[in-house]
This record gives sequence, structure tokens and C-alpha cells, in this order.
Amino acid sequence: MPTRNGHHLDTSDVVIVGAGAVGAACAYYAARSGLSVTVVDRGAVAGGTTGAGEGNLLVSDKEPGPELDLALLSARLWRELAAALPPEIEYETKGGLVVAGDEPGLAALRTLSEAQTAAGVASTCLPADRLRDAEPHLAPGLAGGVLYPQDAQVQPALAAAYLLRASGARLHLGAEVTAVLRGPGGAVRGVRTPRGDLLAPAVVNATGTWAGELAALAGVTVPVLPRRGFVLVTEPLPRVVRRKVYAADYVADVASDSAALQTSAVVEGTPAGPVLIGASRERVGFDRTLSVEVIRRLAARAAALFPVLAGVRVMRAYQGFRPYLPDHLPAIGPDPRAPGLLHACGHEGAGIGLAPATGQLIAAALTATPAPLDAAPFRPDRFVERSPA
Amino acid sequence: MPVSPSDTRGTVHDLAVIGAGPAGLAAAVTAAELGLTVALLDAAPRPGGQFYRQPAPGLGAARPRALHHSWGAFTRRAARLAAQRAAGRVHHLAEHHVWAVTRATADPEHWTVHAVTGPDGAHGPAPELTARHVLLATGAYERQLPFPGWTLPGVVGAAGAQAMLKAGLVLPGRRIVVAGSGPLLLAVAGSLAAAGARVPVVAEAGDYGAYARSPRALAAQPRKLVEAAGHAATLARHGVRLRSRSAVTAVHGTDRVEAVTLTRLDHDWRPLPGTGVRIPCDALAVGHGLVPQLEPATGLGCATRRTPDGGHALVVDGRQRTTVGGIWAAGETCGVAGAELAFIEGELAARSIAGRGPVGALRRRRDRLRRFALAMAAVHAPRPGWSDWLRTDTEVCRCEEVTAGRIQDAVTGLGARDGRTVKLLTRAGMGWCQGRMCGTAVTHLAGDPAPAPTRRPLACPIVLDHLADG
Repeated sequence: MPTRNGHHLDTSDVVIVGAGAVGAACAYYAARSGLSVTVVDRGAVAGGTTGAGEGNLLVSDKEPGPELDLALLSARLWRELAAALPPEIEYETKGGLVVAGDEPGLAALRTLSEAQTAAGVASTCLPADRLRDAEPHLAPGLAGGVLYPQDAQVQPALAAAYLLRASGARLHLGAEVTAVLRGPGGAVRGVRTPRGDLLAPAVVNATGTWAGELAALAGVTVPVLPRRGFVLVTEPLPRVVRRKVYAADYVADVASDSAALQTSAVVEGTPAGPVLIGASRERVGFDRTLSVEVIRRLAARAAALFPVLAGVRVMRAYQGFRPYLPDHLPAIGPDPRAPGLLHACGHEGAGIGLAPATGQLIAAALTATPAPLDAAPFRPDRFVERSPA
Repeated sequence: MPVSPSDTRGTVHDLAVIGAGPAGLAAAVTAAELGLTVALLDAAPRPGGQFYRQPAPGLGAARPRALHHSWGAFTRRAARLAAQRAAGRVHHLAEHHVWAVTRATADPEHWTVHAVTGPDGAHGPAPELTARHVLLATGAYERQLPFPGWTLPGVVGAAGAQAMLKAGLVLPGRRIVVAGSGPLLLAVAGSLAAAGARVPVVAEAGDYGAYARSPRALAAQPRKLVEAAGHAATLARHGVRLRSRSAVTAVHGTDRVEAVTLTRLDHDWRPLPGTGVRIPCDALAVGHGLVPQLEPATGLGCATRRTPDGGHALVVDGRQRTTVGGIWAAGETCGVAGAELAFIEGELAARSIAGRGPVGALRRRRDRLRRFALAMAAVHAPRPGWSDWLRTDTEVCRCEEVTAGRIQDAVTGLGARDGRTVKLLTRAGMGWCQGRMCGTAVTHLAGDPAPAPTRRPLACPIVLDHLADG
């Protein structure tokens, strides 16, 4: 029933909620599948976690398994997208270099890279004396490293914005979804915003860290929670860091279940000049207050990895909230508990990298065509709610 | 001599005051006289802030007071500060750039102040300083609106021109047009003229006639009226013309300023076609009022409010408490209102923190001056038509060389709706000043109807090693 706020604003085949990288990729591939697409966001394009990350497209930090498969497919799709989208998205196939400080660390790194090779990841082991050929400013005394040529980077906000524009989707920005509309049989039939109703037989939840709230509007649970990260940004520099360079313990931190603060050195240059320094992970809700402890550790670790950065000025720091799910895999696909609702959320720190494959999976589900890979591990209803005792 | 920073190690001060301008100075001396131990941190070598900026001793200025109002109000408090320093109740930590304030790890009821020392922070991290209360008296910086030619050498900030005069006794030119909006323009023009410059015209974009329409707030402040009359008399004496509802809409020159175009504005500050007049000059001092400096307050989670001129200021209660317990604020950071109110708020905050002394009279004076400031801010608030001055090739962000056209494209073509997204999509505001110069313009061009204050977790740039060490 139309209400005062419920006048009809537009009708399409699918409404995508969320104008970040994942929403943009879903819009792009859905539109290419021939669907009419509407994208709605309470803020601007790239206003959430997309605008708070470095834009990493990584395969190096993932252990063999469904997420790595998703990342490898995405890496291929990002190459295609880079050819189709304007150069402003700053796509760079700069490669990743993972370094180990000691022999046991290097041995573990090599074991991981061998397992990754079997899954389709290209890599080259670098002994200590060849590290500085790859990165001339690395600290001396490291045990060695592994080079991953498939690792790449985009400027995430620009990539999301151009991807969304290329999709041709109708955009409703600054419009918060206040209800998910359901039909008589319970099937989803659109969303309500203060400006009016956006009707469609399918609604995609691409609201990232806030996906639990949208799911709740549809009466279902998706246990996405924020995992905070800080990034330090230096003054513009000539290219002193060529690749994305990080310490081997980063892989363990990414996969960790600990709520406590973890920091590992992740350092990379950007086409615009500033060097980006991460990465921290902590579960503190949506706390936006500055943690000096975190940025001290990031600064110390970056200076230890690249002594040349010690005297460089940090211009600013920013923080973002990675959307994580308990098993660190995203939720992608239809939700059987709410027919017509699909999820594309919970990508933690890898949303930019995993966006294109996620978009293809969503487009395949929307058009009932074969999926490019097995989506079963990403089933949105896989988190069984604890039954009351 | 400032007390050596090492003297503060390990002690917990009752109060850390950040900023030694009128508000911080008043707070520090009042608190110390009421028995509190105080650390007073400031970026400058000497107290006084931007308002009471003084020439370096080496310049041998005979009468620095000639450039200041209420010089006595400052010197009296500076003398009290010297006495409290001598008594060991105030540690004056000069050339300290505070980059963050956080809850102390040892005791969440206490606060840790993080700073680097020396010019531009070159001397490295100061020892962490712990205090039971922190008073933010971080002042304000000048608001700029871009227009064609504003990046030419010879264009200076109006407040900047006055600061140059106060600190270095130099003039930005010989024939200086003063333009923009806000009460500061009259003072700046008066100072420049008194120092020997020819000021052909002061162009105020706002409508002075609007003052007459808020008579109650004005009538309650006879002293402010006398002050304004004083400026007007100075200007008249020097033959300075005052043009209301007018703006410099273009600057001309190849290597530096040779002339400006002065244009009449409508009520919304849109240029009235055909009213442009070319005025030869070799410098332009321009500014659109002041913007509260909200770092490190926003990093602490202190709530802000919108001000009538479209900016943000800290929310404080009747005792100058922010919304975060233990964090207090006084002066321009609570809303731009001038030195007189800053002195009052500093004293009010100190008395509240100390829990001593009558505050009723102070509060009444504060409220009166605040009302006056609100009425004034409304008169001089930038009106939306100012962006009609821009051409697509006008640089808006000077640090990153982002033009108005590129910002327009990000908004209409890429889905930016606020200053933050414009920054992400164009780099406007990512440079050295971190958007302090272009923030007002970018927010307006983004079309954001309810902008949030910009978050800058680091209050100033800081060397990586100094971050790691501190």
C-alpha cells in the first residue's frame, strides 16, 4: 500500500543498496547481463569502507580456498575492467612483495607460496641478496621474500565511481533505505526511501560493514561486524616504494580470529606520490577516536621495513571499518530466508579486490545462469543461529 | 626561560591548556592563581596567539601596541603568566605542536597530550604530558573563497596580512585592496593604512545594512560599536572607501597582482552584470572571516554544532565543558567571536575546572558577546552565489591544483555529494594544508546541505620517526 512516503519513484529489474566498490561491480555485471539496475545509497559514491582503503587487489595474502579462487577470478576481471575503464582508476599491476625477517618466517612463507602455486598463483622466491633488486630501499638484514606479480592496485573511490558510471545504472544518492518491501507471499519487491519507493523483484545488499542493518530490515540476520584499520599517508615522494611490500606476519593477522589489536607493516607507493602505511586490525565497534598506540606501531614497523621513510612527514591518518564475518569469507548470493534478497557483503579488507567476481556471481544468480565458480562457500545463510536452549 | 619539557615527565598536571592565545592565556593564569598546576602548550615561541602576535625581538619594534586593540588586557595577563611561571605553577611549553590528545593508558580518567617541538616540529617528540583536564583553546584560521586569479603572487590572506604586519612589520604591497567579508576587514585596512600603505577600497561582500536589522544584539554591546566606529574613523582619516555588497571577482596580472575587478553583488552574492570596475593595485588582502580550529577536538569525539556562517564550532555547556568529560574549550574554537570573549571564556573555564569563584557574571557577559557574535556571523556568512565568481579553470585546491571544473565533474558525473567524496575523487584537500584553505569552497561545490566537520586525526604533519618514538 502506498503511504505518504511510499510513492513510486522507479522500477527496475534489480535494486542494489550500496554505492561502494562491491555495489558498483554488482551494478556493472548485472547491467551487462541485460538487467535494468537501480543503485541507492544513503551517502555518496564510495562513502563507506571503499573510500577508506588502499585499493588492494591481492592474491598473495590468501591461503588456498574459496577466497583465493574468488581473488584469482577477480584479478583476471580487474585486468579486463582496466582496459574498459578510463586510466583515472589508477590500475597498476605493480606486484606484491612479501618479506620475512628470519629463516623460520621465510620457510613458512615459502610453504604458503607453494600451496598458492598449486591453486594458480604466480610467485617468485627472492633470496636475501636479491630483495633490493626488487625494492632498493628495503632495510638490510631481511631473510628473503616472495614476489607476487598478480598483485595489483586501483584508486578505490575512483574505480568504484567509474565502474558505477560505466554500468549505466540509475543512481539515487543521499537516500537512506528505511524498509525492505515484501509482497503478499513474503517475496522482496523493492525498498523504501524518504524520496519514494524503488521497486524491483530483486534487492542486493551491498552495504558492507552496515549489511547487518539492511538484512534486519528484511527480517534476516547477517552477522557482519566492523574490524577497524588505520592508514597513515605521507607527504608526496618520488617512487621510493615500487610495489606493495608487507611483512609475512600480515597473512596471519588477516586470518586471525583475535579481537585484540594486530599490526603488521604494509607499505606502498601511489601514482600521486604519497606512501600509504598500514595495516592494523582491531575490533572496537565503530569507534572513531584516534588510537595513538596503533599509529605508533604502524610508524615504527614501516620505518623498520623502509628506513628511508623515517624522516618523511606523515600528512594524515584515516580509518575505516572492514566488514567481517565470523569465518572471514564474504556472503554472496540469494538468501533463501527472504526470497528476492541477495547479499554481496562481508568482504573484510578485500572488498575492492573481490568486487568483480562478486558482481559476476550476483549477476549469474539474478539471471539464473551458470556461476563462474562454486558459490556454496559464500552462502549468506551459512551462519546457523544458535537455537534457544 | 620556558621550563624544560623534561620537568613535566612523570607528573600529572591538573590542567593542560592547548593554545596560548587570549583564551588559553586567561585560562592558564586564572587556573594557576586558583592553585592548579598548569601546562600551557603553544606552537609559537611567545604567548599571545594570532591576535597578539608580536614582532620578533630582533626587529626592535618600539610600539607593538600600535597594531593591537586591548593591548593592556594582554600585557596584564602576560605579566600574571610570568609570575605563575616563576612560582612553578605554570609550565609554559612554547614551540610545542600538539598533534593529538588521547585518554591516558595508565588511567582512563587522565589525558595524554602528544606534541612535537621546535619550529615545524623539527626538534622531535616532546615527552608525553599527562593531565586531569584539558582545555582546548586552539583558535581559528582564515576562511578563503577562491576566485579567478587568487593564486597570483601579491594576493594574501587578510588575517595573514595583519599577522605579517604584527610579526614582521612588513606590508604586502604599497597599494592594497582589502576585500572579502567579516569585521576583521576594517581592522586590517586600518592597520595597513596606518602602516603607510594606500588602501583604495575595502570591499565587503556582506550587507552592513543588515546590522541595523538585528538591533538588540548590537545595542547590548556598546563597546563593540565604539570599536567599529574607531575603525571607521581611522579609515576615513586615510581616505579609504568602504563598499558593502561588493567583491573582488577577478585579479589581473602576469607575474603578480596589477589590478583587481570589483563587482557589485546581489543579496545572494551573485555578481551583478555590468558593474565590474578595474582598480589598479599591487596587492590584495582577502579573507572571509575565521573558521574554528577543531583539531584535536574532533579526534577526541567532541560534539560540534553548525555556525550561522556555515562552519562548525565545538558544543560547550554553561561552564565551557565539551561533550567529552574532562575536555574543556574556550575562545574561537567554540565559535568565532573575538579576543574579548576569548579572555572571558578562558577565565570561566578555569574557574569551572577549579570549582572556585563566582561564574555568574562571567557567564552573562559571555552569553551577551556570543549573541553579538552570532548576529555578526549571520551578516557576513558567505551566500551561495559566490561560486558564480568561479570559472571552470579556477583553481580551488591550490595544494593539489584541483580546478572548479574538476570538482564539478566529480559531483555531476561521478556521484560525489560531500567534501569527503570530492576529496577522494579529485584529491582536493589532500595537500599540505589538509583542506583548511579550500574546505569551505569544496563543501559548497559538492552541494552538501548538511556537511560534517572534516576529520583530521593528526592535527598537524609529523615526521614518521617522531610518531614511532614518542
